[in-house]
Amino acid sequence: MTDTSLLPDQTADAIAPRRRGARLTAMLHRRESLRGYLFMSPTLAIMAVGIVAPFILLLTMSTWTRQGFDFDTTPTFANYLRVWSEPIFGALMQRSFWISGVATVATVLVCYPMAYFVAFHVHKHKMLWLILMTLPFWTSYLLRVFAWKVILGYEGVINSGFLALGWIEEPLKVLLYSQTAVIITLAHAWAAFAILPLYVSLEKIDRSLLEAATDLGDGPVRRFFRITLPLSMPGVIAASFLIFIPTTGDYITPALLGGPNGQMIGNFIQLQFGPVNNWPMGATLSIVLMLWIAAIGLAFLYLTRVARKRLA
Amino acid sequence: MSNSDAFISIRNVQKFFGTFRAIESVSMDIGQGEFFSLLGASGCGKTTLLRMLAGFEDTSAGEIYIDGQPMSDVPPHQRPVNMVFQSYAIFPHLNVRDNIAYGLRKRKLTRAQRYELVDEMLDLIKLPGYGTRKANELSGGQRQRIALARALILRPKVLLLDEPLGALDKQLREQMQLELRALQRKVGITFVFVTHDQEEALTLSDRIAVMAGGKVLQVDTPQGLYEAPVSRTVASFIGNMNFFEGRVRRNGAATGAVEAEGLGTIPIPVDRLTRPDGAPVQVALRPEKFALTATRPDGDVPAVPARLNTAAYLGERSHYYVAIDGRTAPVAVSSPNVSRVNGPAQAGSDLWLSWSPDAVVILDPD
Repeated sequence: MTDTSLLPDQTADAIAPRRRGARLTAMLHRRESLRGYLFMSPTLAIMAVGIVAPFILLLTMSTWTRQGFDFDTTPTFANYLRVWSEPIFGALMQRSFWISGVATVATVLVCYPMAYFVAFHVHKHKMLWLILMTLPFWTSYLLRVFAWKVILGYEGVINSGFLALGWIEEPLKVLLYSQTAVIITLAHAWAAFAILPLYVSLEKIDRSLLEAATDLGDGPVRRFFRITLPLSMPGVIAASFLIFIPTTGDYITPALLGGPNGQMIGNFIQLQFGPVNNWPMGATLSIVLMLWIAAIGLAFLYLTRVARKRLA
Repeated sequence: MSNSDAFISIRNVQKFFGTFRAIESVSMDIGQGEFFSLLGASGCGKTTLLRMLAGFEDTSAGEIYIDGQPMSDVPPHQRPVNMVFQSYAIFPHLNVRDNIAYGLRKRKLTRAQRYELVDEMLDLIKLPGYGTRKANELSGGQRQRIALARALILRPKVLLLDEPLGALDKQLREQMQLELRALQRKVGITFVFVTHDQEEALTLSDRIAVMAGGKVLQVDTPQGLYEAPVSRTVASFIGNMNFFEGRVRRNGAATGAVEAEGLGTIPIPVDRLTRPDGAPVQVALRPEKFALTATRPDGDVPAVPARLNTAAYLGERSHYYVAIDGRTAPVAVSSPNVSRVNGPAQAGSDLWLSWSPDAVVILDPD
């Protein structure tokens, strides 16, 4: 490696004035990290402009306070103190984490067997199976939410079906405009984000490892918990994050299906930036939400690591 | 080997994959403590047979008995066998100690007892102190040993090895062959070893089953296979062999001979002649059973004049191709380079080709 990379550099030095490009080429050839940054530069630029800058803006704004229709830009932690002291915020946060946590667990639990089936028991047309499983994603998010409204509604598919079968006397009211409705819809809407990482991590498992575990005396169940599950843990973690993070901040599904008890923190933040017109409070809530998600994420990672060691 | 003292008994076992017949009615017996090899080219069914012993494939017909017990209804995780996989299948999420202790979970042992057993195994495979290493920090040879330890720690009745040395480089492979043989003698467990490398099979095994096309062609000791192959396929698969067209000559009941192209009439004891007078046979002689000399050897040694076509010096020995009258194909001769000045290396020189009559192998024509 060093031999080949030194050569062009020396020649570039010897005939330096001839071409400036040669030196740059030589440098790029030699420095792997430099090349890496060059390749990443478009992404880095977009991230700086699209993520870092707005985040700083959000952080700054969270220290402002509302003054009538205007903002007082004197830095203060008043908003954070309010979030800490008034129970409504904590309660909303807790409910959001509960709803999206249940939705995440439900999605991973339902998608794991599907991904397992395709990875281990489908031998032909695997791609087709995966595409079919992600087919609901070809329609818009709003359409899917409305579809659930039709299914779960007072006179919806489930209620009228159960009524016709005589299983219930009058329509169930808990279906629509409840936390259950939000959980069901979120779990269905984000299923593809769970199936794909789960499938990839299961597909990657070397089949001879499973045979080795069997050979060493493990029955199918024990083998699953000692080999398959630990080795597919990266997929489980990825799927959980991919669902938990966006669903905690979701406001469309709770707004359309949640009813009074199904409203989440996202709806509240949206209110602050919209009708209430308290942008500093909205910014503060966003930052607090981010911190909570990060904390929960780290705790989850730690727990999975401990669980993995225990299982083995 | 008679059926009664067979430790593993394979009875008329067949295996179909769809309509493809992978194993065509195989029967054989393997004794307790034997180092037994299944040898054959890829696709001959040796790995399928091994996997049937392990229980990863069911038998389409026939039965396998291990220590007298029929295995058909025993699932792989309950069979008294353990396997060393071709890829070693070391669990990547566990360290060396947990890999080796993996199968001990079922036995009621304390953690200290488990670790003591693991340490004993690590000593046995000459990797003491490696217990806390991670799986991805191991070399190929180390992985191979750990796979071995992981299987042996359970004291199986039979250890199955699926080309365990195939992924190692030549030098390490030869070292591991010696260690594997020594280890097998030490633990006394029956080894069933799959390989496509005939030299490896000859070095390691007590007995070898040569397989081709889903059939067992011959089961014998290494020496038996090499010196007395039963068919042309076996003879050419193991080592090199010269084949001569020949005919049986019986002079009454007492003496017999074969007439081989270019070699003349070779006297053969009658009990080695199974075919009638005048029947066509294949006369086979290995290259090293011939000798090349400048003058006709003294005494009663059979010899014919030969002309040297080509000679190749290989260090410890030289290979020659000589032409003899009455045969179009050249005869391959291999002789050790005993002295510093090597024999007749000049192409085109006239020499004498002699052979020892008891090394002649008589085979049925294909």
